[in-house]
Amino acid sequence: MKTLKLLFTSKKFVFGLCLFLTLLFLGLLFPVFNHKDPLDLAGFMYQPPSKEFWLGTDNFGRDVLVELIHGLKTSMFIGLLAGTVATLIGVGIGLTAGYIGGWVDNLLNTITNIFLVVPPFVILILISVSLQNRSLGIMGLIIGITSWPWTARAVRAQATSLRVREHIDLAKISGMGTFEIMLREVLPYIMSYIFMAFVLQVASGILNEAGISMLGLGPSNIVSLGTMLSWALLFEAVRTGAWWAFIPPALTIAFITFSLLFMSTGMDEIFNPRLRS
Amino acid sequence: MDKKILLKVRNLTRVFGSKKKRVVAVKNVSFDIYENEIISIVGESGSGKTTTARMMLNLLKPTEGTIEIEGEDISNFRGKKKREYWRKVQGIFQDPFASFNQFFTVRKVLDDSFKLFDVQPSKEEKDKRIRKVLEYVNMRYEEVAEKYPFELSGGQRQRIMIARIFLIEPKLLIADEPTSMIDAVLRSSILELLLSLREREKSSIVFITHDLGLAYYVSDRILIMHNGELVEQGSADDIITNPQHPYTKKLIQDVPTLHQEWAL
Ligand SMILES: Nc1ncnc2c1ncn2[C@@H]1O[C@H](COP(=O)(O)OP(=O)(O)OP(=O)(O)O)[C@@H](O)[C@H]1O
Ligand SMILES: [Mg+2]
Repeated sequence: MKTLKLLFTSKKFVFGLCLFLTLLFLGLLFPVFNHKDPLDLAGFMYQPPSKEFWLGTDNFGRDVLVELIHGLKTSMFIGLLAGTVATLIGVGIGLTAGYIGGWVDNLLNTITNIFLVVPPFVILILISVSLQNRSLGIMGLIIGITSWPWTARAVRAQATSLRVREHIDLAKISGMGTFEIMLREVLPYIMSYIFMAFVLQVASGILNEAGISMLGLGPSNIVSLGTMLSWALLFEAVRTGAWWAFIPPALTIAFITFSLLFMSTGMDEIFNPRLRS
Repeated sequence: MDKKILLKVRNLTRVFGSKKKRVVAVKNVSFDIYENEIISIVGESGSGKTTTARMMLNLLKPTEGTIEIEGEDISNFRGKKKREYWRKVQGIFQDPFASFNQFFTVRKVLDDSFKLFDVQPSKEEKDKRIRKVLEYVNMRYEEVAEKYPFELSGGQRQRIMIARIFLIEPKLLIADEPTSMIDAVLRSSILELLLSLREREKSSIVFITHDLGLAYYVSDRILIMHNGELVEQGSADDIITNPQHPYTKKLIQDVPTLHQEWAL
């Protein structure tokens, strides 16, 4: 609780959080009031911004603004899901490896290293290509499953240094089990790290989704910020000067990422001096 | 002595690391601990005292040798057996700051020690006992129960640790330099509380220290450790008046106050 209060003294964190929440609510609330289908062919190809279409139309003649908001929602969803999955796996593996040590650590470390050496993007592309129907959930899961290793690494390092502390010995001679000790005696000490890792994982999840979607391997039949960019590239929005088709989604991705990075930097400033002392 | 042996330590050896980093922290150590006695393990820094203590607490596996409680080898203990062992053998550590989980209140730390009990007392009973043991260590429940470790001084924390021991009522307490990180003025009161455990619970205490004078003051028997080896053991009087090992003699020379009255 104390740490939470402390967090709000960081201007960077508060700024990042506000920006992120604004974007999140925009994505969540707009579709409630505006029932337009983002895939609806409302106008002609590449109409510039006007009173009817505030951000113009895309190559299929769809309303860019409606697409943008739905894309925002999609990207947020995938990012949060991927971040959650990556954090859960990373914390589970890192905590177990670091706390238990020995051959368990060696085994988990080898697995982590294999995942680290193979670029996640390659795995991502391979899995995406092999899937016929790529739903939102599947995309988020895949991204999460390929990006946990560095969270695991960071958590493992922390857990390794914590396991020799005296309060762990005290927990043991108080009859606590291994799992209980990991949850109660180790986890709280690294919660701030985990929170930070989560925020960064969300950011990288959103960027990863954009990356794969630009390659045309994004979620099927759903607008995301990445698929918007993919269409813009495919239908030469840049050459034809239809800036409204690619600048808004690109900027939105930048905003989300910035908001999360701001939060992370703010957290870093708050947590690190305390952790060092 | 017609007392019963509580803990039997035989040929205990612990090696850390391998090859160039190989350290023999404890080397072929054997001794017995009897019921209702206080023994001290004395040795300089790095002599293997803490390593011995951690093996006795079943927190660290010996490389060689055995520890037996009432005839049973503790290295085979799992699950319930292990908990039973910790009901009987408990510890207090050197650093009262590091011994606490900083996220939990005093009340929670004390509550946790009930986990060792096979039959859980009722909530009221737990409450009553916690109040009682806090009283033993001269603390008021209302004042400390909801406090977090960082709100307490080193001496207060160590007293909570002692209260925890009173709650568990072990047969053997292993106290690893329990007063070394506490203000000098508070040391004697902490020490007295520890020693009162023998009177109140008929427990045995292994008192670990690098201070031979203190050891002489508190214990029935003294064990001298040097470079991982147990170089000498005997009654406190014998060790002080008739030391056999050159290292013990050297230690005695280093304690100028020993022949004076030990002032608490
Ligand atoms: N986990 C460990 N890994 C490697 N070496 C260790 C470990 N624990 C202890 N040692 C080594 O074993 C030797 C004995 O250490 P130990 O902590 O038992 O000494 P001590 O008598 O308790 O000293 P002090 O009075 O400083 O507490 C030392 O050389 C120490 O470096
Ligand atoms: Mg020690």
